[in-house]
Amino acid sequence: MRTLFKLRRSTENLIPSTGMKLELSRVIQGGARLGVLQEIGRTRQHSLKVPGCLLYTHFGTVPHLTQDTLQTISTLPSVTQVTLSNIAEHQEVLEEFKEGFKKFAGLHNTVLYCSLHDPATRSPTGYATNKTVSVWGSGGRIELTASKFMVLLKTVKPDWYQSMADGETWPTNTSRKRIRKSVDRTLAYLDECLLVHQKSQDLDGVELFGVVEGGDVMEERERSARETAKRPVAGFCLDGLQTGSVDQALRTQLITSMTKELPEDKPRLLQGVGRPDEVLACVEAGVDLFEGFFPFQVTERGCALCFNYDISPDPERAGRAPQTVLELNEEERSAGGDKQPKGDLNCEDQTQMTSFEMNLKDKRYGDDFKPLVEGCGCYCCRNHQRAYLHHLLVTNELLAGVLLMIHNITHYQNFFGAVREALGADKMDLLKRRVLVESRNSD
Amino acid sequence: MAATVEHVMVSSTPENSMSLKKALSAASPLTLRIIAECPVTKARACDLTLPHCTVNTPVFMPVGTQGTLKGITVDQLESLGCQICLGNTYHLGMRPGPDLIEKAKGLHGFMNWKRNLLTDSGGFQMVSLVELSEVTEEGVNFRSPYDGKEILLSPEKSISIQNSLGSDIMMQLDDVVSSTVKGPRVEEAMHRSIRWLDRCIAANKNPDKQNLFAIIQGGLDAELRKACLKEMTLRDVPGFAIGGLSGGEEKNDFWRMVTLSTDHLPREKPRYLMGVGYAVDLVVCVALGCDMFDCVFPTRTARFGSALVPWGSLQVKQKQYAKDFLPIDPDCNCPTCKRHSRAYLHALFKSDTAAMHHVTIHNIAYQLSLMRSVRQSIIEGRFPEFIRTFMKRMFPSPDDYPGWAVDALASVNVTLD
Repeated sequence: MRTLFKLRRSTENLIPSTGMKLELSRVIQGGARLGVLQEIGRTRQHSLKVPGCLLYTHFGTVPHLTQDTLQTISTLPSVTQVTLSNIAEHQEVLEEFKEGFKKFAGLHNTVLYCSLHDPATRSPTGYATNKTVSVWGSGGRIELTASKFMVLLKTVKPDWYQSMADGETWPTNTSRKRIRKSVDRTLAYLDECLLVHQKSQDLDGVELFGVVEGGDVMEERERSARETAKRPVAGFCLDGLQTGSVDQALRTQLITSMTKELPEDKPRLLQGVGRPDEVLACVEAGVDLFEGFFPFQVTERGCALCFNYDISPDPERAGRAPQTVLELNEEERSAGGDKQPKGDLNCEDQTQMTSFEMNLKDKRYGDDFKPLVEGCGCYCCRNHQRAYLHHLLVTNELLAGVLLMIHNITHYQNFFGAVREALGADKMDLLKRRVLVESRNSD
Repeated sequence: MAATVEHVMVSSTPENSMSLKKALSAASPLTLRIIAECPVTKARACDLTLPHCTVNTPVFMPVGTQGTLKGITVDQLESLGCQICLGNTYHLGMRPGPDLIEKAKGLHGFMNWKRNLLTDSGGFQMVSLVELSEVTEEGVNFRSPYDGKEILLSPEKSISIQNSLGSDIMMQLDDVVSSTVKGPRVEEAMHRSIRWLDRCIAANKNPDKQNLFAIIQGGLDAELRKACLKEMTLRDVPGFAIGGLSGGEEKNDFWRMVTLSTDHLPREKPRYLMGVGYAVDLVVCVALGCDMFDCVFPTRTARFGSALVPWGSLQVKQKQYAKDFLPIDPDCNCPTCKRHSRAYLHALFKSDTAAMHHVTIHNIAYQLSLMRSVRQSIIEGRFPEFIRTFMKRMFPSPDDYPGWAVDALASVNVTLD
C-alpha cells in the first residue's frame, strides 16, 4: 500500500514523492554550498551535513573494524556506503534472509547507501554493453541488466542507491563516441530503473540518485546533466571523474558545466574522488557529498593522515610560523620522482602516498613517542604512539590496520568539519592554505 | 622471591591492612590465595595477585607474541575480562628490541596494557626454529632471521631483556628439547635447565617487581622429571611452569607427566602448564592440578575462520554456513555473537580482514568463559559434574571420549559415563 500519492504519467513528468531535503544555509558564488541533507533514510530521521562524506565499508564493515573499534569514533557519518561489487555475489543468501542487507550485516541506526562500484578499486573497462554493466566480486565478474540490478537492490533494501550506470569513460583517450554512448546508456538504464522503482512496494521510501556521465567532454557532461535532471531523482552522482582520470583543473570545469544544469535543491555526490586537495576544489565547484574511501587507501599503505586543517583563530597559533614544506616531504617525493607542489602528485597511481600523510614504516618513527597527530583525540592518538605503530607495521601486525583506520577516518571527518566551518565563516582561503601549502602539524 | 600465601588477618584496622599490604608487596610481587580446592580432583581455584591486578585462576592467557593480540585492541581485550596475557621475548627482543621498549616504559607502556603480562624466555623458539640455533652451556646461539647476525641468548641475556620488558611474570631460560626426542639429550637438557635457572635467578634485576618462574623439564621420563622437580623446588621462586610438553608427544605420556609434576610441586605456588589451550586439555589439566595455561591455538585458528564452541569448532568459511543465520554460538555473549551471524561472517571473510577479528574476539571470549565456568564450579564444589557435562557436550557419544582424557580423569577420581 503506497502511503505517498504520486502522479502517474510518463517518466518525465512525475512529481517525486517527499524524501530527503537539502537545506542550504549558504551558497557561495561560483558553486560551493553549505547545508544539511535532512530526512534521509526510510524513517526520514537521519541527516547529513554537507559538504560531507559517507562511511566507506566492505560489505557493511568499515575495513579492519568491528563495532567496538568503530564506535570509538565520535564523528561517524550517518550514511553507510556498500557496493554491489561486494554484495552481488551474495544475492542468494540475501534472498533467503529476506530482511535486507542492513539487518543481515548487523547495522543499526544508519542510512544505507548502495553504489555500483567500490570507489577504492578500479574495475576493468570494456565490459559494459547496451543492456548490461559488470561488477567484480571475489569470484569474478558478475553481469547485471537493469532488471537484474533492480532485483538485487530490492533484496538489499537500501535506503538510497545510485542508478545503474556506464562509467567506463575514465581512462584517458576514451573516444567521444564512447563517451556519448555512456551518456545514452546511462539514461536508458535510469529510465528502466525508475520504471521498476516506482512499481515496487519493496522500494517504497527508498531514494534513487541519477548518475551523470560525459567523460571529459563538456557538451556531453551538460547533456547528461540536463537529461538526468528531467527525471524524478532525489539527487545526482557525478561519475567518471575518479582520481587519476582527469586533472583537477579539468575536473573543476566539468563539474561546473554539470552543476549549471542541475537543480540547486538536490544533492550532488562525486564518485571516486577523495584526496583533500581535490575535495577542496570540488567543494568549491559545487559538490556536496564524497565517498569516504580515501582514509582506507591511506591505511592500506601504512600511512596516517596528518595534514593541517586548523582554521581556528588561536592567538598563540598566529604567532607561530607555519612549518614550510619540509625537507622530509622532499625526500619522500623525490623518491617518487615527482617535484610538483603538494596535491598534484602523480595522478596516475591511486596507491601512491600523498603529501597529506606520514609513512609510519619510515625508520624515523621507530623511537618517536608522540601520538600520530597531537590533539587528534582519536582512540589511536589517545592510547598509542608513533613508535608502536611503526613496530606494528614493521612486524606486519593486524592491529596496525585497526588503529590507522580509526585515526584516518577521524582525521578525515574532522577535515570535512573544517571545510564546513570554513564555508560558514568565509575562511576557505585560509583552509586551502593550511591544507595545501603548510605541512604536518608537528614533527 | 617466595610466593606468599595470604592468611586471615586477625585485626584489620586500616593502618594494619595498609602496612601489611605494603609489607607483602615489598616482599613479594606475587601472592597466591587458594579460594577453593576440589575434594575429588586436584583442581584449585585461586586468586593470584600480581603487580598490575589480581588474576582469577584457573586462567587461560591469550598470546600476544609481538606486543599485540592479532587485531584486538587493549580495550577490547580488557572488556573480554582478560587479566593477563603473553608477550614473546624472542620476537620483541629482535623487534623492536629491549632498549626501545625500556624507553617506552616497558612492554606495558609500549602496548598500553594496564593489566598483567607474562613473557616467556625465548627458549621455545629454540625448538621451533631449530635450524637456526645451537645450544651450548653458555646459551643458545641464533642466527637472526632478519639480518643474519649471530646472537647468543644466554640466561643472563634473556632475563635482561625481560627486565627491560618489565613483565609481571618472567620465565627462566630453559634448555628446551622437543618431547619427541629420546636419549641422553633429554637428561642433559634437564640438568642444564637447573643450572640456567640459578643463573636466571641471579640475573634478575627486579625481584621486587617481576616474578621469575622455573620451568620443570625432563621430557617424558618420570625419573628425570622427578629429579628436576626435586632440584627446582629447592629454589626460592614464586611459581613453577611445567615445560617440555604440548609438543606433539603422545597424549598418554603427556598427562602422566603433568600429573606427576603437580604431585611434586608445592601447593601454595601457582602451576603454569605451558602451551596447552585445547578445551579438553584445559579441563583435564585443571583436574590434574594446573592453574595457568597459554596457547596460540585459539587466536591462530580464528584467523582461519575456525570458531571454538562447546561442541568443538565451527569452520565459518565452509559452504554450509553461507545461509546459516544463527550466531556462532547462540549461548555466547561475546560482541561477535551478539551482533553477527555465521552467514554474515562467512561472507565477510571474502571482503575484509575484520572477519578474522570477529572470530578472534569470539575465541578469546570462549576460552576465558570456559575457565570462568571451571573456576566457578570448583568454588561451588561441583567440578566433577562440570567435567561430565562438558565432555557430553563436546563429544557426540561417550565412545568418542579421547582415551587419554578418560584415563587422566579416572586418575583423579572422575569417572565419565
